Amino acid sequence: MKQRLVIIGAGMASGRVIEHLVEDAPDAFDITLFNAEPRGNYNRIMLSPVLSGEKTYEEIVTHDDAWYAAHSVTCRFGEKVISIDRQMKVVEGENGLVPYDKLIFGTGSNPFIIPLPGHDLEGVIAYRDLEDTQRMMEMGAGNKVVVIGGGLLGLEAAAGMAARGADVTVVHIMGHLMERQLDEAAGYLLKKSLEAKGITIRLQANSKEIVGQDGKVRALVLDDGTELPCDLLVMAVGIRPNVAVAQDAGLAVGKGIHVDDQLCTSDADIFAVGECVEHQGAIFGLVAPLYDQAKVLAKNLLGEEAAFVQKTLSTKLKVTGCDLFSAGDFTDGEGREDIVFRDPSRGVYKRLVIENDRLIGAVMYGDTADGSWFFGLIKDGTDIVDMRDTLIFGPAYQGGDHADPLSAVAALPPEAEICGCNGICKSTITGAIAGGATDLGAIRASTKASASCGTCTGLVEQLLQVTLGDDFVMPTSQPICGCCDLTHEDVRRLIKSQQLKSQEAVWQELGWKTRNGCHVCRPAINFYLLADWPIEYKDDPQSRFVNERKHANIQKDGTFSVVPRMWGGITNPKELRAIADAADKYNVPTVKVTGGQRIDLLGVKGEDLPYIWADLNNAGLVSGHAYSKGLRTVKTCVGTDHCRFGTQDSTGLGIKLEKVLWGAWTPHKVKLAVSGCPRNCAEATCKDVGVICVDSGYQVGVAGAAGMDVKETERLADVATEQEAIDLTVAFIQLYRENAKYLDRPYKWVAKVGLDWVKERVVDDLAERARLIAAFELSQSIYRKDPWAEHAQKAERYQPLADLTLEAAE
Amino acid sequence: MSWIDIGHIDDIPLRGARKLKTALGCIAVFRTNTDEVFAAADRCPHKGGPLSEGIVHGQSITCPLHNWVFDLNTGQAKGEDAQIATYTVRVEGERILIDGADLAARSAA
Ligand SMILES: Cc1cc2nc3c(=O)[nH]c(=O)nc-3n(C[C@H](O)[C@H](O)[C@H](O)COP(=O)(O)OP(=O)(O)OC[C@H]3O[C@@H](n4cnc5c(N)ncnc54)[C@H](O)[C@@H]3O)c2cc1C
Ligand code: HEM
Ligand code: SF4
Ligand code: FES
Repeated sequence: MKQRLVIIGAGMASGRVIEHLVEDAPDAFDITLFNAEPRGNYNRIMLSPVLSGEKTYEEIVTHDDAWYAAHSVTCRFGEKVISIDRQMKVVEGENGLVPYDKLIFGTGSNPFIIPLPGHDLEGVIAYRDLEDTQRMMEMGAGNKVVVIGGGLLGLEAAAGMAARGADVTVVHIMGHLMERQLDEAAGYLLKKSLEAKGITIRLQANSKEIVGQDGKVRALVLDDGTELPCDLLVMAVGIRPNVAVAQDAGLAVGKGIHVDDQLCTSDADIFAVGECVEHQGAIFGLVAPLYDQAKVLAKNLLGEEAAFVQKTLSTKLKVTGCDLFSAGDFTDGEGREDIVFRDPSRGVYKRLVIENDRLIGAVMYGDTADGSWFFGLIKDGTDIVDMRDTLIFGPAYQGGDHADPLSAVAALPPEAEICGCNGICKSTITGAIAGGATDLGAIRASTKASASCGTCTGLVEQLLQVTLGDDFVMPTSQPICGCCDLTHEDVRRLIKSQQLKSQEAVWQELGWKTRNGCHVCRPAINFYLLADWPIEYKDDPQSRFVNERKHANIQKDGTFSVVPRMWGGITNPKELRAIADAADKYNVPTVKVTGGQRIDLLGVKGEDLPYIWADLNNAGLVSGHAYSKGLRTVKTCVGTDHCRFGTQDSTGLGIKLEKVLWGAWTPHKVKLAVSGCPRNCAEATCKDVGVICVDSGYQVGVAGAAGMDVKETERLADVATEQEAIDLTVAFIQLYRENAKYLDRPYKWVAKVGLDWVKERVVDDLAERARLIAAFELSQSIYRKDPWAEHAQKAERYQPLADLTLEAAE
Repeated sequence: MSWIDIGHIDDIPLRGARKLKTALGCIAVFRTNTDEVFAAADRCPHKGGPLSEGIVHGQSITCPLHNWVFDLNTGQAKGEDAQIATYTVRVEGERILIDGADLAARSAA
């Protein structure tokens, strides 16, 4: 008989326990997993990269529904456990009772909220879960945020929101940042790096109260009377183990749930793991020891002997550009000695603390490459008398030979820990390399090293280099993908210079390592080829993502959205009737007005696409390319036709531009707008190309952005006539098509090449401008047409290949 | 084995796929750039993405929703602990045939 195992909390610790159990003894337990959050296990520590935009939530999910299903874990997500009855051995969830033979608490901890007046206002949050993260992701330019707490979490929250453009102030009660992990010197360098990112840091600042307006936070008031206005206030001031349910059940509880070395609580059938436990007086806040606990607990549950031992911990901060490392004990004390090294020009600081000829602590900022070597010396209690003079220079200098950047890694002993998150040491990685893992992906898959927070990636790559020698090529500039060794820029250059006009030519001449690329490189190559050789190369729909191949946007449920073009945002009753009729006929569940001045029909079935297009075509409507890396929309205001401020016919110019540009493929999507006067109702100053009409003519701006980044356009030129405005726009877009890296929006590309470089070609050099316009027109002779009309002819392609429902059922 | 004719090879675009409706749900039939034909479940085990709308490269398919990559020979997802069901198909002349006995056996199970 399988034992019934109930787990409260799907967190990082309990998730590891389940992994060990299903791997070592898939048939031992019937597992039921409760989680208060409405989702399963994700890599909580990676919420910070999600916040800063470096990762998406999907990328940090550890176990998805399919995984739970495959391992027969019964999931009760979004359901809190209210109580347990130890006599009856049942757990009471919000939706009912579940009996257990063994029970695990993995309830983590609760963020501590300082009970300041106003702490319950809307807009005062902690930083713990996805909801908090999403709340912070809404902050951007124009938003003010205050973070209380200058520790690890507070700073990652602050840096993430600053990266999104928010105006962030960190309020910290101590004299330097991260005082538990850093000394003053390192704290200073950290403050400087964060200030360089635009974050305001207030040290020794005591919060007095939070003031609000209409129930929503408005400002934080400090005890010196300073008022810091904010739209969001994040408290990151510490955590408290989540023990309520355990306490109510009468288990022994102190700061956390008391456990012994086997993670067993005061009830022999109940265990606890993770941040909710207290072990020998200590509580936990980093994942490394929790993973150790998880391993020990899994072994014990399977009847093997294992005991949890606390180890020295090391800390890193996951903020790009802030390289810090700390480990062990570095407070001043009698009989302790420091070795310090500074390099002001590089912003490097290192300090080692020595007691009784042993290294007991290390703090580093700016250059943390030797961190794990020092950490190894601390954990092993190595006698350092003999290397004392050169100790601070790291392993590279021990034994005389130095200067090889790789010798540091080469010198690490086999048991040196490389990946702190997963406790992976050097020998495990070199073992994996010997076993055939020859790149980062393979190391991650086989050892988990560098697969959690990723800060040890550089070390793992160096280990590959040291172990494999010339067989491993260190990544210098990033190749497009694993299929080749060349960057986007290299490939674009070679396609032009070697006149490569087909995909096969690219694969062959540029040494592709795969048969025909992958989903990363093939769409890019397809674009480069059609942009450079519009006549010779034929667009390959099978090298496009589904949206561009289907000429509709796929929705998360597999249905599609249909957005007909409305030239310059102008429509008429006939078009509107056709749209309304189509919405009725194809049962379109959602009809939405887009931000691009047109109408979106959402939720159309794939099979219906060709028919709805045909109907729309009949009313004169064509594809709006709302799905393409190409011209999306030209927003306009009503201009001289109706507005008393209008200086030129902005609507007319918008329509002309849209008619010239539509259908063209570009490296990324392109959005335009034309406003009739500087009041700028069409919001032209944040577009890829935005024209503002003035009495004397037209101001053409380029390289604006209003997405993850918000950026005002830069002035390309002021021109007198409408034709010149159109010419400049076309020449600019063609230059972008010819030179930009696939998936770089114009503002990213202009930032790389410089506006002056663009002006020289588009504005100053009239011959080049004419060439660009001619090249664009040549390409448009192929691409300026309605893809819907074409695809409506191929309706059968949108139907199933065959229907075997009857045959197979016989 | 009982082979069922499901269509002409050119009914599927080169490096493309088409859906096949069966009692087991939709099956995606893929054609690689060297005219090999594979069949596998159309539903991505990640979040249900329609694999027949993905990008075919080599003998692999990339899901259109979040880029999971599956080996069409085995159905194994690259770097993920997941697998899709694969079905036996073959090309005879220019016709694509699927193993009906296999389908029937699986739908009975
Ligand atoms: C933004 C952020 C960044 C971090 N960065 C790092 C880092 O870089 N390095 C590092 O080592 N650590 C980091 N940490 C800490 C690390 O995430 C935690 O130590 C770890 O997640 C704790 O794991 P756990 O399993 O104990 O608890 P959790 O992962 O918190 O899981 C507990 C789960 O239990 C659920 N739960 C609680 N009560 C109940 C109930 N009654 N019924 C049902 N479910 C319940 C909760 O909803 C929660 O999902 C970070 C933490 C955060 C928030
Ligand atoms: C899968 C992702 C996305 C989908 C499906 C999507 C879809 C759409 C659609 C259908 C429209 C209507 C536009 C039109 O009428 O053509 C739109 C508008 C818009 N999108 Fe997106 N979009 C996506 C990603 C993004 C991203 C990443 C950004 C920012 C970089 C962005 C910024 C905008 C803006 C600013 C508008 C309004 C356009 C305007 O006012 O001119 N979208 N989006
Ligand atoms: S931008 Fe100027 S011209 Fe256009 S609608 Fe606004 S006020 Fe009128
Ligand atoms: S649904 Fe296929 S990768 Fe997400």
